Amino acid sequence: MAKISIATVFIASISLLLTLTHSFSTENPTDRRILVLLDDIALKSSHSIFFNSLQSRGFELDFKLSDDPKIALQRYGQYLYDGLILFSPTTERFGGSLDVAAVLDFVDSGKDLIVAADASASDLIRSIAAECGVDFDEDPSAVVIDHGSYAVSGTEGDHTLIAADDFVKSDVLLGSTKIEAPVLFKGIGHSLNPANSLVLKVLSASPSAYSANPKSKLSTPPSLSGSSISLVSVVQARNNARAVFSGSLDLFSNKFFKSPVQKAGSSNKYAKSGNEQFVTELSKWVFHERGHLKAVNVKHHRVGETDEPAIYRINDDLEYSVEIYEWSGSSWEPYVANDVQVQFYMMSPYVLKTMSTDKKGLYHASFKVPDVYGVFQFKVEYQRLGYTSLSLAKQIPVRPFRHNEYERFIPTAFPYYGASFSTMAAFFIFSFVYLYSK
Amino acid sequence: MAASTDTTAATPSSTLRHASGNILAFFILLLIGVLAFSIRLFSVIKYESVIHEFDPYFNYRVTQFLTKSGVYDFWNWFDDRTWYPLGRVIGGTVYPGLTLTAGTMWKVLQMLNIPLSVETVCVFTAPVFSAFAAWATYLLTKEVKGIGAGLTAAVLLAMVPSYISRSVAGSYDNEAVAIFALIFTFYLYIKTLNTGSLFYATLNSMAYFYMVCSWGGYTFIINLIPMHVLLCIVTGRYSPRLYIAYAPLVVLGTLMAALVPVVGFNAVMTSEHFASFLVFIIIHVVALAYYIKGILSPKMFKVAVTLVVSVGLVVCCAVVAVLIAVVASSPTKGWSGRSLSLLDPTYASKYIPIIASVSEHQPPTWPSYFMDINILAFLVPAGIIACFSPLSDASSFVILYIVMSAYFSGVMVRLMLVFAPAACIMSGIALSEAFDVFTRSIKFYAFQAVDTVSASTVSPQNNVVETDKKEDVLKERPSRKNKKKEKETVEKPLKKSETEKRPLILPVEASAIALFLTVLLGAFYVVHSVWAAAEAYSAPSIVLTSHTRGGLHVFDDFREAYAWLSHNTHVDDKVASWWDYGYQTTAMANRTVIVDNNTWNNTHIATVGTAMSSPEKAAWEIFNSLDVKYVLVVFGGLVGYSSDDINKFLWMVRIGGGVFPHIKEPDYLRDGQYRIDSQATPTMLNSLMYKLSYFRFVETDGGKGYDRVRGTEIGKKHFKLTHFEEVFTTHHWMVRIYKLKPQRNRIRGKTKKSRSSKTSSTKTRTITKKNPWH
Repeated sequence: MAKISIATVFIASISLLLTLTHSFSTENPTDRRILVLLDDIALKSSHSIFFNSLQSRGFELDFKLSDDPKIALQRYGQYLYDGLILFSPTTERFGGSLDVAAVLDFVDSGKDLIVAADASASDLIRSIAAECGVDFDEDPSAVVIDHGSYAVSGTEGDHTLIAADDFVKSDVLLGSTKIEAPVLFKGIGHSLNPANSLVLKVLSASPSAYSANPKSKLSTPPSLSGSSISLVSVVQARNNARAVFSGSLDLFSNKFFKSPVQKAGSSNKYAKSGNEQFVTELSKWVFHERGHLKAVNVKHHRVGETDEPAIYRINDDLEYSVEIYEWSGSSWEPYVANDVQVQFYMMSPYVLKTMSTDKKGLYHASFKVPDVYGVFQFKVEYQRLGYTSLSLAKQIPVRPFRHNEYERFIPTAFPYYGASFSTMAAFFIFSFVYLYSK
Repeated sequence: MAASTDTTAATPSSTLRHASGNILAFFILLLIGVLAFSIRLFSVIKYESVIHEFDPYFNYRVTQFLTKSGVYDFWNWFDDRTWYPLGRVIGGTVYPGLTLTAGTMWKVLQMLNIPLSVETVCVFTAPVFSAFAAWATYLLTKEVKGIGAGLTAAVLLAMVPSYISRSVAGSYDNEAVAIFALIFTFYLYIKTLNTGSLFYATLNSMAYFYMVCSWGGYTFIINLIPMHVLLCIVTGRYSPRLYIAYAPLVVLGTLMAALVPVVGFNAVMTSEHFASFLVFIIIHVVALAYYIKGILSPKMFKVAVTLVVSVGLVVCCAVVAVLIAVVASSPTKGWSGRSLSLLDPTYASKYIPIIASVSEHQPPTWPSYFMDINILAFLVPAGIIACFSPLSDASSFVILYIVMSAYFSGVMVRLMLVFAPAACIMSGIALSEAFDVFTRSIKFYAFQAVDTVSASTVSPQNNVVETDKKEDVLKERPSRKNKKKEKETVEKPLKKSETEKRPLILPVEASAIALFLTVLLGAFYVVHSVWAAAEAYSAPSIVLTSHTRGGLHVFDDFREAYAWLSHNTHVDDKVASWWDYGYQTTAMANRTVIVDNNTWNNTHIATVGTAMSSPEKAAWEIFNSLDVKYVLVVFGGLVGYSSDDINKFLWMVRIGGGVFPHIKEPDYLRDGQYRIDSQATPTMLNSLMYKLSYFRFVETDGGKGYDRVRGTEIGKKHFKLTHFEEVFTTHHWMVRIYKLKPQRNRIRGKTKKSRSSKTSSTKTRTITKKNPWH
């Protein structure tokens, strides 16, 4: 018996190892295994379009109830999943070893996260969001109400079903195809600290929106109002881990996906809401199928040479090149842009140059080393909306001239040479005459 | 009489005595060399064969580079591991004498198949050169006052504590070879002055060149010798010998000095060298005047003088005016800060805290004179008096030397080192003269039966105790013996008159007692010197020991920390610390440092000082902008090591505040004092240096946090670090290494939880605020 159990453990570990090799890596940044935590197993069917689209793109989804005691993100220090979807807005406590800190560690190790909250969002979900810089409305009963751009429906309702169409303008986040139909949203709003450079509103509320309890009368001005309310936001952490925070779980639901939509005050009526396109494109971004850059083959050398020197001299002419590729979901494609800059940096950039590209991923710049010696760095700091940030730094010292690299004779100094040599000659003659004239 | 036989032409017996005396002198010198070498080995025996302190580590590292890469690479060495990110052109900013000397010694030993390591050679360079210095002292004093004085001076120098303090085995610093070079240059100058030989004049220039290569103190030579020349001219002692001793030195010496990269054009451009040029002009004018005086009749000469003086004055005024204008146009009047602080002792403390912050740049206290030169302090006046009888060119030089060096040693404790040889020479002369008198008296009474006449001549002088008068008379015997022919011819008339006088003879009892007391005095000096060498000056300062009831306790924290750095950090990581530890970090841990003991860039040091005096967040930003990964602080509060960073903190504040005015010293002071106890100011308690020093300190003694150096409980005991994390603390907590935390991966929003709401909001501000250094 013992033997068999050992064998199973062995096989299990082998298979684990095999799956690990398939998982997220720098060479293959798209996520593969995703844990989905639901607070109600019914969500699996009510949101099946979203899940199916993920599965059809090759993701392995592992559905668990959020209070399942066997939930574990990692085993033996290795993460079992590359992504986490939290469709459990009401859960106060996760089962197993999962808690806020574990989720944040998951993000800090470069894994991705989708969090959907709802009108009844728990403190757990709120604190995960807050740790990432997304502040859901603190009033637990408040939802986003918009009397201006609500979705027209059969009944008058309380205008909590919103037709939002204020998307962020970014092809890399939402795909190159424009989302025509508004996105249906029903849930809570959140705010972002404008100074926070890592979070980004993807879907904002209209200026007429506010966040309040629709059932009670508004006695005080709402804490959140207008277009500062964010409905869906994304976070890209410094280690390029990505996360999506949505104030509405229904946004991902089959019902909203298929529902026709007409925005109040607008005559355009769409047979299908923009939700499916919006969610699919966003999930492509969050699971690194798009907007993931890598820089390889950083090279620099003197003009006319090919080897990388250990040290440059001031006023050397040098060439710097780097190859940048973007992950397309299946392969690395050349990244084409005209705004990649290289700095030659020592406490401040001495040279800042836009690199030219051959459209095949190779970026190239050549410049003259400044007339200053010191320890410089080749720096490429490339941060663009939606893309992973590239931050390359390569240290290289720059030395002054060697003693024999100066010009030996300077034309302007010839009078001085003449003076000294004629003095020497004159002194010799004088000594000769003085000593032997008698 | 013994004296009179000496003065007459050499008889066969006196030649024999001469020869045996020379052989004896040779062996005595050899033993002096052995003594000078071996007294400096206490540090190796008591501790181990290591390089000491701070600067020697840099010199050692440079020597290693030299032996590995050769002279040309050394000359062009651009070091990217110090002063990050500025780097330092080592080849052009270092005095190469010491390094080249040790490198050559190592090469020679290798060629002789003696496989010593570079470190061993470096450790023993200073003792070897102190033996050379003792011999050079012998030569110099012999030129002034004869063999006896020379030997006495040499033996005194071999164990003068002041010199031992800078030249124990392992103290591999510029001074180790520079003192030898200094004395030897002076010897050659005196030799040239006495002989008038152009050969020695050339040698003198080369010795001067070696001195310029070795130490910035060469400016002492290039100012002292012109002063002496001027003195000779003013006192009417001008001679062709003086001209030969001086003119080639200025011309060749300046040319060669300009060849040293670190000096370069300074040799003709800075005020330190102007005195030599001025005197160079004067000596030519004087030489011309003497020449003209020789060929013209007295009357014609008078006419010529008035003519020349009137024209010359005008020209001189013009030249001086131009010179003053040029000099005045530079902000420091053409003087470097260190030289200015020599002329005006309060200069550094007023304007250049970085010079004032170095303890060896402080004025010495009176006890330190007694500690460093011991009985020599009392013998020096006697030696000066002895030098006045008779006053020769050489003895006037020695007098000038001691007067100037006494002044400089009073300004900077470090220059005690220059004073010590002068004190040894003077004391050697004094002791030698005293011995001369006493032994002669005893000898005289031993032969009294033979010669009764002389006794009667002596008796009236009996009641005169040791005064200048008697030394006056005694002097000429040894000095005359050693002077070359030309010298004797010059001073012949002088000597003739003196030989008329009878040498001083004291009563035999007085002589015997005085002799005994003098020997006893010498014995005390030896005892003191050996004690100083063994106990006071042999500690390598990277390894500390303390004697407790449990026996000897060794504190090897520095090397522990540096070893940790070299084994646990990436080779390109940058380590920030106060500049004192820069050289050691680069040499022992091989990590890049921001500032080091070569304090060439005040702004950079001020940046580090500012970071250390700033709150954590601001400090993190400064360090991060300099790519610093680790911060190293030295903390003595646990074991009572008093030269730690908290005690140096006032200089960090002062130097930092000198460049970045938002650091204000009064913010750190309570009632004019730096305090770290409960009276400390909030700025002090929030400064990075306080936090890094006392982080977790309270855990060591059960919640008291008692600092043994400051002798108080610390002011803020429990605190957390937000931007730094402790990565290593040595066994006795003397060195603590912290790592800069990376920027947070995520930026938090407002959290509802009251527990962390405060910290998180501050954190948000922290990170989102743009780093001003980027």
